[in-house]
Amino acid sequence: MSGADESRGLSLDELPLFERGSGGRRGYTLPLLAERERDAESLPAELCRDDLDDFPELSEMEVLRHFLRLSQWNFSAATNFYPLGSCTMKYNPVLNEKIARLSGFAELHPLTPTPAAQGALELMARLEALLAEVSGMDAVSLQPAAGAHGELAGMKMIRAHHVSRGSPRRKVLIPQSAHGTNPASSALCGYGVVPVASNDEGMIDPAAVAPLVDAETAAIMVTNPNTLGLFEKDIVRIAGAVHEKGGLVYFDGANMNALLGVAKPGHMGADVLQFNLHKTFSTPHGGGGPGAGPVAVKRVLADYLPVPRVVRGDAGYHLSDDFPKSIGRIRAFFGNFGMLVRAYAYMISLGGDGMRWATQMAILNANYVRKRLEGVLELAYDGPCLHECVFSDSKLEPLGIETLDLAKRLLDYGFYAPTIYFPLIVSGAIMIEPTESETRETLDEFIAAVEAIVGEAREHPERVKSAPHRTRVSRLDEVRAARQPKLRWRKASIE
Amino acid sequence: MRYIPHTEADVAAMLGAIGLRSLDDLVAHIPAALRRQATLDVPNGLGEADVTARLAALAAKNRVAPSLLCFAGAGAYPHFIPSVVDHVILRSEFSTAYTPYQPEVSQGTLQATFEFQTLIASLCGLEVANASMYDGSTATAEAVLMAKRLAPKAGRVLVAASLPPQYREVVRTYLEGLGGLESEEVPFGADGRVDLAALERRLTPAPAAVVVGYPNFFGVIEDLQAIAAKTTAAGTLLVTVTPEAMALGLLRPPGALGADIAVGEGQSFGIPLSFGGPYLGLFATRERFVRSMPGRLVGETVDEQGRRGYVLTLATREQHIRRERATSNICTNQSLCALAATVFLALAGRRGLRELAERNARKARHALRCLRERAGAELVFSAPFFNEFAVCLPNARVRYERAFERGVLAGVPLGQWFPALEDALLVCATEVHSADDIDRLAEALVE
Repeated sequence: MSGADESRGLSLDELPLFERGSGGRRGYTLPLLAERERDAESLPAELCRDDLDDFPELSEMEVLRHFLRLSQWNFSAATNFYPLGSCTMKYNPVLNEKIARLSGFAELHPLTPTPAAQGALELMARLEALLAEVSGMDAVSLQPAAGAHGELAGMKMIRAHHVSRGSPRRKVLIPQSAHGTNPASSALCGYGVVPVASNDEGMIDPAAVAPLVDAETAAIMVTNPNTLGLFEKDIVRIAGAVHEKGGLVYFDGANMNALLGVAKPGHMGADVLQFNLHKTFSTPHGGGGPGAGPVAVKRVLADYLPVPRVVRGDAGYHLSDDFPKSIGRIRAFFGNFGMLVRAYAYMISLGGDGMRWATQMAILNANYVRKRLEGVLELAYDGPCLHECVFSDSKLEPLGIETLDLAKRLLDYGFYAPTIYFPLIVSGAIMIEPTESETRETLDEFIAAVEAIVGEAREHPERVKSAPHRTRVSRLDEVRAARQPKLRWRKASIE
Repeated sequence: MRYIPHTEADVAAMLGAIGLRSLDDLVAHIPAALRRQATLDVPNGLGEADVTARLAALAAKNRVAPSLLCFAGAGAYPHFIPSVVDHVILRSEFSTAYTPYQPEVSQGTLQATFEFQTLIASLCGLEVANASMYDGSTATAEAVLMAKRLAPKAGRVLVAASLPPQYREVVRTYLEGLGGLESEEVPFGADGRVDLAALERRLTPAPAAVVVGYPNFFGVIEDLQAIAAKTTAAGTLLVTVTPEAMALGLLRPPGALGADIAVGEGQSFGIPLSFGGPYLGLFATRERFVRSMPGRLVGETVDEQGRRGYVLTLATREQHIRRERATSNICTNQSLCALAATVFLALAGRRGLRELAERNARKARHALRCLRERAGAELVFSAPFFNEFAVCLPNARVRYERAFERGVLAGVPLGQWFPALEDALLVCATEVHSADDIDRLAEALVE
């Protein structure tokens, strides 16, 4: 990997940290010591390690350059249209990064006595109230660290509710189109999963649900709009059928970006839902987190919310553990607070009018893409969508290309790929979520790229099947990665 | 709204392309009864200047250094964050990317995560580390669930009473309702370490795992070798929990001392206190357990031209493939925090991290000396500690309150979790505390 190479100019090669640097270099200087503390001892040698094997020795600028070069190999929502369905890759306002770094937030220790943390607690209380209002729910906990963590908290609450009435019950109904986290979270709460088939409109059919519900049904988990981007029009009846047998309704709030100011889950029969603040409320995804997954509940579950909870008393806000029916603590401290700050800043920036406008424009953008592409790709289900649209691979197959090929070729055109092969009920699914942030011009360019790729598939299918061509690396050997796992750098891996 | 680009002309043209007349037509298929009730009782939006003013006012209601000098640790530690860390994680290419599902345009996140896994595995003295968990407490709970998968017949897990109390609570919440695994506590002795005789008595029948702190909640360094000798003899897994990851820069690595799973809280590596999150759950284990591991993993491979590249791998353990049979329900993790830690560890490097950890140990010893000499404090536990220690002083609670009035957060009162330690404070000192700061602490606690 060493030596001059004139081909590296545009996409600079960057060796792993461990193959760079030189013994003795450093990128960190310790603070000064005062004379009177110099004689303080360290730990006895027998407790100490010999070395930090593999740790690099680099100057500050080498470290900076390394990571800046790596950053240039990423597509991101800020640099590229990122129509990743179900992930709501909207604009993440840079203002919110500045706000979260205000010293009063960033340097606040979580065990600071509450009189000295009133601003943080007030922000949490205000965010709870906003989330309750937009969802039509009664109470909120901000503790869960991500959507799946919120699901876990929600299902634990449902379990606690049933236990208090004599039995936890045994099963949870989950549509086949659901996110994988739904069944995984149910299993973590000790429940068996009963799949619910979608009908030929891509919806849950109340007639299919009713026979599955009995006295052992703890809950149904529904996503609305569902993962096809379609509004479950019978949601109220479905919830009614489950409630009638004493079951509860878990509402997966991953797709809330389609609902703000348009419809509230609290009116659809939801008993508990999680928000993905890193989707609907614009906290950056960070390449896979941190997110935040607050849970909102109706009164029936309020006593079971995780502790501690923010409480307002005579002397201001404080945190209380005094909720005997609570499911308990689900993480240390009080949630991903820094993300809560960003989400709150986002919500007051948009306000009620802006949130409704955002939802309307997200729906407009998705329907525009749906309409413009429905002659090029095959829509999985006809009819209007909400914030995302899903196509199948049935028009690609005759051309000899697969969904994966289309996705990879889109990268060459400068677009991140849609979510692919999900939901599982659509053959070769292509799930496009443009969000409200994108201009009509960008959507037109994306649509033109899809059309161009389908055209290429007719003329030069190999060009599409071997894509991407313009990215830093070509298709990677995932089978080899899984069969011979190499999960850390080792000296032997220098080639 | 400045975040949304659509003009009236855009909207009209796009509606026309769709074949609709109004925005209401877009949602006409949602039942009217739901739409009628959907009004948001939320004030209208604000410009950047107004948002900044409101949030700055809220931030100003919180007291941080220098108005309140923080010597609290207990799972969240004040450390210096080099400028390069924030500069890198502010890069939108990192911060606004999604989980790297399309590896060809995500090599930045993927290579950095591979480097993170390498650094954490090396720190822990184990073969593999995952791409991160939510925090130290949930990493601990996931380690217990992993032990249950590896020893499905064991009915118990032993958890040291000297683990952070909040971590123990989280483990309890995760296990509730799962059935088949009871959590049982192992007491600590007068030296603050796991009571080895009590541990031995609880090892028959063999539990799924023994979970101990390293250092533990009191900052005390457990005798891992002695504990591992007993867990090995009993044929049970040893899980270590490190709430202050900085300690691993100095201490013998848990894997080398017999830990099968090492988890921890990585906040100390370049992540701000931020009132408790987002933080960084660390999770490392032995290679032979990798398929039972929770969380994402990045692996090295090659592209079609044979060039080195990285991908998410071993995904058949995960929820999006395995659904209800997944090893965990985790999806989004703490990727950007893992990046911050990677940058931090690269800057500190092989010698710098060791020196930094050593500086922490020395600062804590200097702080203890000052508290002993000037505030009459006594060390509660006799075993060696890292950068945090429990001290006992008469009227501790009153003195803590008075120090708070004087602008010093003099650690954390231990009585709220351990009634027998009503007169004890848990105090941490790190590289951020100058000798003058430590003097201020000692003076603030004078009777």
